[in-house]
Amino acid sequence: MSTKLLLKNDHVANINKLEVYKQHGGYASAEKAIKTMTSDTLVDEVKKSGLRGRGGAGFPTGMKWSFLAKPAGVPRYLVCNADESEPGTFKDRYLMERHPHLLIEGMICSSFALGANTGFIYIRGEYFYIVPILEKAIEEAKAAGYLGNNILGTDYNLELHVQVGGGAYICGEETALLESLEGKRGNPRMKPPFPAVAGLYGCPTVVNNVETIAAVVPIVAMGGDEYAKIGVGKSTGTKLISASGHINKPGVYEIELGKVSVEEFINSEEYCGGVWKGRKLKAVVAGGSSVPILPTNLILQTADGNPRMMSYESLGEGGFISGTMMGSGGFIVMDETVNIAENLYTFNRFYHHESCGQCSPCREGTGWMEKLTHSIISGHGKPSDIDLLWDLQTKIDGKTICPLGEAAAWPVASAVRHFRADFEKLIH
Amino acid sequence: MEVKFDEAALKTANKIISRYPEGKKKSALLPLLHLAQAEFDGWLDVPVMDYIATLLAIKPIEVYEVASFYSMFNLKPVGKCVIEVCHTSSCWLRGAEEIIQHLENKLHIKAGETTADGKFTIKRVECLGSCGTAPMFQVGAQYYENLTTEKVDTIIEDLDKSGKRTTYFDEVSLTAHK
Ligand SMILES: Cc1cc2nc3c(=O)[nH]c(=O)nc-3n(C[C@H](O)[C@H](O)[C@H](O)COP(=O)(O)O)c2cc1C
Ligand code: FES
Repeated sequence: MSTKLLLKNDHVANINKLEVYKQHGGYASAEKAIKTMTSDTLVDEVKKSGLRGRGGAGFPTGMKWSFLAKPAGVPRYLVCNADESEPGTFKDRYLMERHPHLLIEGMICSSFALGANTGFIYIRGEYFYIVPILEKAIEEAKAAGYLGNNILGTDYNLELHVQVGGGAYICGEETALLESLEGKRGNPRMKPPFPAVAGLYGCPTVVNNVETIAAVVPIVAMGGDEYAKIGVGKSTGTKLISASGHINKPGVYEIELGKVSVEEFINSEEYCGGVWKGRKLKAVVAGGSSVPILPTNLILQTADGNPRMMSYESLGEGGFISGTMMGSGGFIVMDETVNIAENLYTFNRFYHHESCGQCSPCREGTGWMEKLTHSIISGHGKPSDIDLLWDLQTKIDGKTICPLGEAAAWPVASAVRHFRADFEKLIH
Repeated sequence: MEVKFDEAALKTANKIISRYPEGKKKSALLPLLHLAQAEFDGWLDVPVMDYIATLLAIKPIEVYEVASFYSMFNLKPVGKCVIEVCHTSSCWLRGAEEIIQHLENKLHIKAGETTADGKFTIKRVECLGSCGTAPMFQVGAQYYENLTTEKVDTIIEDLDKSGKRTTYFDEVSLTAHK
């Protein structure tokens, strides 16, 4: 039986209601945190847990929290990143829609740890139908004394608000998100200063992903040391994987990090249930559209011939030559019928559409990459176009204010590196 | 005609504005643009944007530059039902192009166009976070998932019969606010 922390109550009817959530142990972590812990002890527990950001970058959460500036008399903010727009990723939606109280409780524990009295959940506008679900949960939590003034009879106060975006992938980047929350275009800011020093309204701010914040609830419940025993090495705890594409059972699965091999994840009945239509596996994008795509041999095994496991380290083994990344956990599976250049076109179109336009290499380069792949897949490509495509991505990678440039370059680089034959097939 | 929220919408607007700290009203801009789009025929005409600028005491340009940045805001009139079909990887892998083609044949328009009777607009959009239930489209706040051409036929018939304008800021969210 695999370890479930976030989705352990997934089968429980009405778990979106406070009463039912409480019957299953809900809000015990919030009580424990507020009544028996201090900001510092809570941050310590999260440090000990080894929790890493689930939004894509995998940065240690406890460390990020400890960077938060605390000038006297200046408000601090916790902002939950629910922008979830990385193609292939839909786990935050699943969590918020079915387990809204888990997120709210995570927001309460995390805000308490940071000494924040106001928190925002910035949700992508397309998820509008989830707004009332979250607002209802906030209302219920407030009525039960977990939010508002003097929470649980202490002097801790917290208000939470849900903010809707307007449809822009870039607003998932944390500084663009803050701009958007201030009512502006989603143009990423130059760093430093980092949000921990000057974030929302110029005040110290922590931005964390939905799943990261939800994971704080089991960490408070079991303690950081116990949480760190789950998983393998620096990949502690569990991770939600959004599985899609050519598999029999697309969906959101919670895995214990490092304990499930990629092969088992794809083929076992517990998870993806195998490649659909009895076809063979061709390629996997393991962590959302931005991470390098890998062919069957490299996704199932590392270059050294070890089975590849579902963990930050194992997926990353081999660097960009033969490995990939955990990213946001958006796991897209492609069968043998797919031409990878055609799939790449959908990614290139995406990044071109979503570039905010501030930096020329990204604004122009993503457009050129889209045009070039379009020309190749429509049969108008020249043999030299493949190298031109390679050259283009090298001129975006690392040359932009925010990592959208890299996010756009890596899929191109990996597709050309591992699937050159697919491009050649389309060029006559 | 003067552009103004009715009493109920104004109440919602003020409630949204009250969430933000003193002097930070501009944060209400995106939510208010959604509200305005829902209240004023599904798109943001210049007088509507100017009205929002007045409400938030900001310059009109601050509204225009935001409205034109985000893909959910329509700066031109749209059909009563905007069918937003995802065409990104996971949906593409599971037949998004067939769904788009079927819609185009059925409604006799191309993606990006509106039917002559003003009922439907087809729009190609990027990943909507529904990749595990692909192919899919969104109409207003409603997600339609695991689509087949038969399912699409039923959905279009139902939307056609209802004849209502669909918005993101739908009645559910509106009542939740009021
Ligand atoms: C282009 C771009 C898009 C991003 N989109 C998201 C997103 O949708 N959700 C998210 O949580 N993080 C996203 N991130 C990462 C955030 O910038 C930030 O690292 C994250 O919210 C931090 O939270 P975590 O440490 O809990 O993961 C994105 C980053 C970039 C560069
Ligand atoms: S790719 Fe279509 S919803 Fe994600």
